[in-house]
Amino acid sequence: RTICHPPQNYPLYIRSVPTENELKFHYTVHTSLDVVDEKISAMGKALVDQRELYLGLLYPTEDYKVYGYVTNSKVKFVMVVDSSNTALRDNEIRSMFRKLHNSYTDIMCNPFYNPGDRIHSRAFDNMVNSMMMQVC
Amino acid sequence: MEPGPPGGPAAASATPAAAPAAPAGLPLSESEQQRYSELFSRCCPPPEAAAGGSSVGELFRASQLPPDTLHQITEVCGAKRVGYFGPAQFYIALKLIAAAQSGFPVRIESIKNELPLPRFVALKNDSDVRYGTPAELHGVKFQVPHATLEKNSYKRTDEGDKQEPKSPPMSPICSPPASPSTYQRIPLTYGYSKSRSGLEQQHGAPYEVRHSTHQQDGSSSGNYGAKPAHACSTLGRSLSVEREQPDSNAHYSDDPWRITEEQRDYYVNQFRSLQPDLNSFISGSVAKNFFTKSKLPIPELSHIWELSDVDCDGALTLPEFCAAFHLVVARKNGYQLPETLPDTLLPDYLQAASLKPLRDCALFDSYSESLPGSQQTRDFSRTEKTSAEEVPDNSALLQDTKKDDKQALKVSTAVKTIPKDFQHLTVKTAPQEPNALKARPRSRSYSSTSIEDAMKKGEEPPTPPPRPQKSHSRASSLDLNKIFQQNTQAVRSGWLPPPPPALPPRPSVSQTEQVSEVELHPQMNRPPSQAEENSSAKKEVVLVQPPSKPARRKLRTETQGLETPELSPTINVTSSVPAVKPHLPVQKQSSKQKRAIQTAIRKNKEANAVLARLNSELQQQLKEVHKERIALETQLEQLRPVTVL
Repeated sequence: RTICHPPQNYPLYIRSVPTENELKFHYTVHTSLDVVDEKISAMGKALVDQRELYLGLLYPTEDYKVYGYVTNSKVKFVMVVDSSNTALRDNEIRSMFRKLHNSYTDIMCNPFYNPGDRIHSRAFDNMVNSMMMQVC
Repeated sequence: MEPGPPGGPAAASATPAAAPAAPAGLPLSESEQQRYSELFSRCCPPPEAAAGGSSVGELFRASQLPPDTLHQITEVCGAKRVGYFGPAQFYIALKLIAAAQSGFPVRIESIKNELPLPRFVALKNDSDVRYGTPAELHGVKFQVPHATLEKNSYKRTDEGDKQEPKSPPMSPICSPPASPSTYQRIPLTYGYSKSRSGLEQQHGAPYEVRHSTHQQDGSSSGNYGAKPAHACSTLGRSLSVEREQPDSNAHYSDDPWRITEEQRDYYVNQFRSLQPDLNSFISGSVAKNFFTKSKLPIPELSHIWELSDVDCDGALTLPEFCAAFHLVVARKNGYQLPETLPDTLLPDYLQAASLKPLRDCALFDSYSESLPGSQQTRDFSRTEKTSAEEVPDNSALLQDTKKDDKQALKVSTAVKTIPKDFQHLTVKTAPQEPNALKARPRSRSYSSTSIEDAMKKGEEPPTPPPRPQKSHSRASSLDLNKIFQQNTQAVRSGWLPPPPPALPPRPSVSQTEQVSEVELHPQMNRPPSQAEENSSAKKEVVLVQPPSKPARRKLRTETQGLETPELSPTINVTSSVPAVKPHLPVQKQSSKQKRAIQTAIRKNKEANAVLARLNSELQQQLKEVHKERIALETQLEQLRPVTVL
């Protein structure tokens, strides 16, 4: 499940693979945004590493991990993954975020896209879907 | 017998026009009656009694009969004699078409028999044809066939003419056919051999706005609204035949995604009108304006862009542009957009297809400059259009990363490093400002300096403009970095981070800045537009801002094919440029330069204002930080005696 947030913290793009419980994911993502902001503020000038790995948002009932990623323009990508899916390693998460970031910039290149709009790009959808299929 | 084009029934339901009864003396079966009335109502808007010649023409074309057969049919059915397609004539014509398709000769006698329904090919896309305006227009044009023809001959501006307005035997030479005169030469091979010219006309319509001062803009745009897949046109089979002859050389297989030569020429001309250097790009904003004129919905345009901008750089090269244009045209004709770019539209393929005409343009040194220019213009347009200013800068950054193989590296790296520093500020909205500032001053001074550069013509395009900016932005970036370091130290020692209190003022300031910027743009748009409209050949003027208004104005008037769009791509121009285009007298250049300088001055003032504001905010922040520091120091002092003991 992927979500993409701009600095104003409304979601630009949401996609869930198991489509139930979407609301819960929304909530999770929003709470994680605070943590992301905290991380951003804590980082020094050496934030060349755009990645942020956030593990630990584990609820007592459901286990899942929330990963965050921030671009230079403060667009946040949040990914929620089941903890049961232990096959996902750090590298894979990183590469997934990189792919997301690349696709996002491709969207930005489109002059018909107004930053701040919801993302409707089919290419982006395809990319996200394929990525999620690989994982799940 | 196939029930006729699927669009037919849909169309019939959409237009509940009263179906005229079959003419007396003509036996029609039940199904024939129904079918004919449907077709008639399609071709004929309800209020009129006669079918619009254009739509009738299209229909006939769609029957895929040879033109002389169709010619014969029209003669026989009496339309020529009468001068219009009344219901009787129409029905007879349809019957004759059926007869001809069944192999019978075109005679009145043949239609007395029982015949299958006439077959019309490729009317399937008609389901969403809008009959209202276009049909009326057709009807109107119908009445003044000759007048339109004459008008048409005037309309021939660019392309040469292949107009040959012939004696329109029949009226309805819909002005559309002639009007987008240039477009006429662009047959779209959509599977019908004869129906091309209609398509051309349809497409030509919206772009007519650019072509010439057309009286019939309204009507043509109305025509554009109708997406019939048939060729419009006249019962003047002679006209159509002659017109089709040139089309015949473009007979590809029925691949709608293949661009024919005429189409390519048209696209190239359009590209040229937007961007004189055929080896350079059209920036995103200019392309956006251009394609928006086609009145396709934005999501579709967005998708078209995604398909055609293969290298995802936010700008269209000539092959990309041709592909995009072709997709627009296809969509307008009712073809659904593919999910991926068809092979025939790939830039490599298109580029391989000889583009000889393109070589006649001189290669400009400005090529390298076009990149930063286009980036900046895009940035600029984005800042104009959106409130999220950090995005354009980011996109410029990312574009920069992608364009490593181009010569814009110097500029791009300069741009990159500076904004990155800002990314790390704790204030969220702060980065917006500095980035926006960077984008703005950079592009502004770029335009002002570029004029002088252009004058000198001797300098390496990319480097000079950015230099003054570097120092400019670097200075401010250094200041901010210092402040930032202070902030981080504060944070580390456990103090409350100062930035949050400063947050509230920032957004408002940034907003006001955005507003003022937006206001400024329209103002600046006008002077550059005037400047450029008066521009002489030397497109040395490079007003980086990509105002949309001048673009439209320019394209519309199209006094000279040049008008460099504010697209800075053409910035610099070597003297070879003037040779390429027609020119206005050189004396206008000085006034243009003055205006350019004035706009540059205005921009600089704006930049100054913005920077002053930023400065004041930062000062405020500094004061707050100082206060906190003092507070903490006093606390420390108080604590110290305790530890001493």
